[in-house]
Amino acid sequence: MTKKNKIKIKVNGKFISVNSQSTVKNILIGKKIPINKVAIELNKEILNKSKIDKIKLKSKDIIEIVHFIGGG
Amino acid sequence: MDKDHFIIEKKRFKSRLIVGTGKYKSFSECAKAVKISGADIVTVAVRRVNITDKKKPLLMDHLDPKKITYMPNTAGCFTSNEALRTLRLAREIGGWKLVKLEVLGDKKNLFPDMEETLKSTNVLVKEGFKVMVYCNDDPLAAKKLEDAGASAIMPLASPIGSGLGILNKVNIKIIRKQTKLPLIIDAGIGDAADAAEAMQLGCDGVLVNTAIAKSKKPLLMAEAMKLAVISGRKSYLAGRIKFNFFGSPSSPKKGII
Repeated sequence: MTKKNKIKIKVNGKFISVNSQSTVKNILIGKKIPINKVAIELNKEILNKSKIDKIKLKSKDIIEIVHFIGGG
Repeated sequence: MDKDHFIIEKKRFKSRLIVGTGKYKSFSECAKAVKISGADIVTVAVRRVNITDKKKPLLMDHLDPKKITYMPNTAGCFTSNEALRTLRLAREIGGWKLVKLEVLGDKKNLFPDMEETLKSTNVLVKEGFKVMVYCNDDPLAAKKLEDAGASAIMPLASPIGSGLGILNKVNIKIIRKQTKLPLIIDAGIGDAADAAEAMQLGCDGVLVNTAIAKSKKPLLMAEAMKLAVISGRKSYLAGRIKFNFFGSPSSPKKGII
């Protein structure tokens, strides 16, 4: 793969480089994140998890992936 | 006592003790404490997934959301917009609609910002959330939240995590008298006596986190809190005696030798 096919996106505050053809689902699977236990935001918009395999990423996209942790 | 149910939004819960899941040494200790406490609702926070450390344990692996009701909170939110964003995300994680709204106004004392809290309550109710609202021990603020469609009123006893106990018992009693909504003391409980006292004031439930998690023996304190809430509730229902400033002998005078 050449550098041309890569785009830079931000996931949970960290820049990462991914394949330009990647979907949101590809990112979650790549990071081994259990999709049923998280919620995903793309550029501040909450995504419907059943459709994330159809959403292609663009350069500079900002993804937030959240889950439940201990809290009062 | 069998008919004394704790009902929130038509759902019946066995325990009147709600516990937070923060500040424990581990998820395993937290899960054990929750079990011993008998709580069937736990509060949870919404945070970023750690994308670098994939082996980090998950709360859901220790506390099964199918067996226990998760109540997502908005801890750490200081504006209405932050709180709304957090709860919309929480709903997307697993369809939760029962939420704990808390919009803080001051980083030091963690008192709620009631203006932002009320604003958020209005929006969330319109979006179909069942909102349990952390608020000041202020009867007027509580009334406004009730009018906005809150599902439960959750006044603080004292600042979050302070363990100072119930500072304004009179206000809590006034709120009790004015509302038919579930009234739950949230924040500031320090020990089992505080929890029992909240119940004796007529509250429907108590939410405890720090007092259990940060006690010397969290599992023992979890049990103490469970018993305190049961005891306080029974005492409230039984009705205390009147205050009397003279002695009244417990043994009959008749037949004294």
